[in-house]
Amino acid sequence: MKKFFICLTFFCANLFALEDVYLQPQQFIQQQFDNPPKPQYFWITAPHKEALTKILGHKPRKLRIKYWATPEKSAWILEEIGKEHPITTGFSISAGKIQQVKVLIYRESRGYEVRQDFFTEQYIGAQLDKSLDLDQTIDGITGATLSVRALNKMAKVALYLDKQLQLEEVHEQKTAAAKP
Amino acid sequence: MYHKLVLPTLAALSLGVQAETDSLTREELEKALDQQAKKIAELEEKVNLAVEAVEAAPAAATHTNIGGYGELHYNNFGTDEDIDFHRFVLFISHQFSDNLRFFSELEIEHSYAGESKPGAVELEQAYIEYDINASTTLKGGLFLVPVGILNETHEPDTFYGVERNPIEKNIIPTTWWEAGAAVTYRFADGFSLDFASHSGLSVDPADFNIRSGRQKVAKADADSFAYTTRLKYTGIPGLEIAGSLQHQDDITQGAADASARLIEIHTAYSNGPFAIRALWAQWDIDSELADILGKDQQNGYFVEPAYRLNEEFGFFARYSVWDNTAGSANTIDTEMRQVNVGVNYWLHPNVVIKFDTENRLGAQDGSGYNVGIGYQF
Repeated sequence: MKKFFICLTFFCANLFALEDVYLQPQQFIQQQFDNPPKPQYFWITAPHKEALTKILGHKPRKLRIKYWATPEKSAWILEEIGKEHPITTGFSISAGKIQQVKVLIYRESRGYEVRQDFFTEQYIGAQLDKSLDLDQTIDGITGATLSVRALNKMAKVALYLDKQLQLEEVHEQKTAAAKP
Repeated sequence: MYHKLVLPTLAALSLGVQAETDSLTREELEKALDQQAKKIAELEEKVNLAVEAVEAAPAAATHTNIGGYGELHYNNFGTDEDIDFHRFVLFISHQFSDNLRFFSELEIEHSYAGESKPGAVELEQAYIEYDINASTTLKGGLFLVPVGILNETHEPDTFYGVERNPIEKNIIPTTWWEAGAAVTYRFADGFSLDFASHSGLSVDPADFNIRSGRQKVAKADADSFAYTTRLKYTGIPGLEIAGSLQHQDDITQGAADASARLIEIHTAYSNGPFAIRALWAQWDIDSELADILGKDQQNGYFVEPAYRLNEEFGFFARYSVWDNTAGSANTIDTEMRQVNVGVNYWLHPNVVIKFDTENRLGAQDGSGYNVGIGYQF
């Protein structure tokens, strides 16, 4: 009996293993653009470091963040620890609003529900308000509080970074217009 | 770093070029610009390599993580008062690769462990988890049994009340860990199915006390394994509905012939500031001895509505009923009831101060209050 059930556990594991794979980060980028642009880097300089520390509740772990952008949208692949391990998540932002969220690699032992579309779809259309919070309520998941918090933080970071790109673009346009 | 390196170089090169421009031909100037462009590209590549190296170093170090939680309790029931650092827990985990991980939980319970001391040092989790793919995860080692609301997620800032609810203490013996193998399969949108083969309980046939039957995987008797399956639905944000079924051929590990089944169902739902948790669980033990003692059936339930006023404050009420002697042979009233009402104050999302009143009814009596502080990191 004991051996039978142990074998059943492994059999089920192999049976279930026949389907479903992770969406790779590069696949996420390809899905966001017809012709994916070259990646660029957003350097986390002093003023940005301060804002990102406020959002994350700790100092940013990277010196720069890789992104892909066209005039219409930007895409970001971010990582934040939920409870113990980083959750890798892709965000696309258009007109200052979240267009898509995909959890690409989930490494925590509990809280995998944040990967599912019913959860990530709550972020669509969300914007950043003046106090660097999301302007939409995100309903949590029982037993996944820390993973939900990590996703909320990453969504805010993606919106913040996209906003900085927009501000830079406006600044460049103004500078060009001011030239004789 | 990029600006510090690139900009001065550019400026220096530009100044140099400017000074020589008058005496250079157009061809020489274009050549010089080409060389500059190459140098800038080389420099950019070097900067990228340097930053990647800097970023890679801490990333490798963070593959091993330390976390933990703890809770201090003060209980006041008239003449019966005590203060206890109930749990001090450290988590250590390691990520071997994106789909292979190790998790562990080491606990000091009641602060002071040793012979004739009130506490204990316990290894509550130590397992390897392997994601076969995005929907299927395999687990092997010492892990928490997939039953109930609190057994797997019991950090103090995640639930209301100083003490855990009595059903997930006396009927489901939380914290309950066993050793074996388990598979989790996630399907459709929001469903998951767990199946685990693991070591079982070893209850004393003299009293069939479930909680005392935990062997804690300490040179545990493994004559009779247990098998647990759970179906969970979390397809709507804020909602969890789950049911677990466990079977063990002999819950006494050979001392008496007593097969046992545990059935448990629960729901947890939150919408804005409102939340509710409810759970029901029952043991059915097939044994003549258990029949005679009225222990062949042991069951209980609780309902807990809560209201989160803001980020800091949340209020709750909990009504619990349970009976560890609910078999038909028992002719006396052994049903316990309990009402808890209280507040959680979150100093930080991961640090909480708790207060609740407790009224004990039915086969138990007394009233008092509990105060606690808890954290996780």
